[in-house]
Amino acid sequence: MSKWLNPRSAFGIVLIAVALIALPFVAAMGGQAWVRIVNFAILYIFLALGLNIVVGFAGLLDLGYIAFYAVGAYTYALLASPHFGVHWPFWAILPIGAAIACVFGVLLGSPTLKLRGDYLAIVTLGFGEIVRIFMNNLNAPINITNGPQGITLIDPVAIGDFRFSGTTQILGISLSGPQKYYFLLVALAILVIIINLRLQNSRIGRAWQAIREDEIAAKAVGINTRNLKLLAFAMGASFGGIAGGIFSAMQGFVSPESFSLIESIMILAMVVLGGMGHIPGVILGAVLLSILPEVLRYGVGPLQMALFGKMLIDPESLRMLIFGLALVLVMRFKPAGLWPSPERKRELGEKPAGGA
Amino acid sequence: MAEVLLEARSVAKHFGGVKALRDVSLSIRRGEIYGLIGPNGAGKTTFFNCMTGLYIPDGGGFDFDGAPLKADAPHQAAERGIARTFQNIRLFANMTALENVMVGRHVRTGAGVLGAMLQTAGTRAEEAAIRQRAEDLLHYVRIEDRADDLAKNLSYGDQRRLEIARALATEPKLLCLDEPAAGMNATETEELRDLIDGIRRDGTTILLIEHDVKLVMGLCDRVAVLDYGALVIEDVPAVVQKDQRVIEAYLGA
Repeated sequence: MSKWLNPRSAFGIVLIAVALIALPFVAAMGGQAWVRIVNFAILYIFLALGLNIVVGFAGLLDLGYIAFYAVGAYTYALLASPHFGVHWPFWAILPIGAAIACVFGVLLGSPTLKLRGDYLAIVTLGFGEIVRIFMNNLNAPINITNGPQGITLIDPVAIGDFRFSGTTQILGISLSGPQKYYFLLVALAILVIIINLRLQNSRIGRAWQAIREDEIAAKAVGINTRNLKLLAFAMGASFGGIAGGIFSAMQGFVSPESFSLIESIMILAMVVLGGMGHIPGVILGAVLLSILPEVLRYGVGPLQMALFGKMLIDPESLRMLIFGLALVLVMRFKPAGLWPSPERKRELGEKPAGGA
Repeated sequence: MAEVLLEARSVAKHFGGVKALRDVSLSIRRGEIYGLIGPNGAGKTTFFNCMTGLYIPDGGGFDFDGAPLKADAPHQAAERGIARTFQNIRLFANMTALENVMVGRHVRTGAGVLGAMLQTAGTRAEEAAIRQRAEDLLHYVRIEDRADDLAKNLSYGDQRRLEIARALATEPKLLCLDEPAAGMNATETEELRDLIDGIRRDGTTILLIEHDVKLVMGLCDRVAVLDYGALVIEDVPAVVQKDQRVIEAYLGA
């Protein structure tokens, strides 16, 4: 507790809080689109932290993480849209989505318990695709997911009469839909960060790390590796499921297209690029990788005009080119990620000294 | 004192055509230091792995502390009170020395996910107890000043000690050491000897696999010799040392 009372860290917390409160209003100056981009960045923080439990803590390479996001999103969509005529409140659906995603996590985890590294990655990748293809084809013979057309008119998050879509006036301040979602997302993200931090420094978190470091030794000290791996999958999946539900509500529309392999890879890239297993690093990775493509989307065109007076390269392809180059450079010069945990930094930093 | 802690009943294990263990039966008594020796490839580590659940024996089984040991359940072996170290040290390399020992407390503690998330009073108290016990154990094996170093940055001898501390953290009734003196110099071996002796005096039965015959003969109450997967003899060091078959096994017939 004394850490929190320390004036310097208290000042830091106040500063962060002010910045977090001001952010949606600053972003809104560039248009509501920017608020949405910020919202997605937070959603990605959420996802990246969920995946970090599986990949960063337990060391299980999961390339199908987006499947849990999809499961959560579709759960919300089906239980709060005219598609089935069901309109449950969000606080009931989000836990259901988390629970169903959790079941899927165990479903994926149980047959892959003995697999490690590349082999696990291949199976999870397949799993991610299976879920997406199911969503795409479950419109016949019984129409469950409405196939590639997706589900529309999904209810927004609402607490009583207070709806998170549309503009409302609160204490004389006009809040747009995305801005309201922003505050909801920040609150949830803070919760997820706290859960992650607490898990990491717990008996369970240490057991996960032990499995990551040496599975046989972990077994020898009495860790039930099977249950703990399943727990990691289940926990990660639940986070994905919740994020999916919010995504559904925020967008008002889901279709299988949103859950392609590239999304899984992006989330994994956020974890790896930020600093696997290090929570602040993962957050940084998620923010950078979700904001950077958008900044490039808006920035590349005008920049070319200013520099060369004409469009030399299609902004869309140049955007991905720069993005890819940035990834390669980071991995070349910061192999442990942009913000690795102190231990990991120490370990990489000491290598040249040890070799000399 | 003469009560049997671990009883191996005709344990057999083969890998394809290689018979790594042929009906090995032996018994370890409470409170003793039991040595298991034999030439390279005699099946000592295989015996260890069968006992700690890493391998499933093809025949026979183990009774431990009055009940059969379940095969293929390494974490249960630890729960029942068997802890081990590895021939080629297996620490959690990127965790600190203290964390390594704290992981060893896993099997004797119970905090779950919910406890960790909510940081309940019980969880916090348990966490503090885990840390305290781990610190005590590091002190016990005399590497307390390396507590915050990553396991892989410890010296070889300290890594061996850390592995023993981690094993002790599980509160074993039987501590199995797989060649703990391998690669150690004379001084380190002497210190290790004192440590092992101390652990036994503090009430833990020890099974020791070792190549250093001098160490085994000086330290162990009883010694078993394996050769080509079969038990040659099981007796006190003085008898084993003079046994013709043992001499042949070591020097070649």
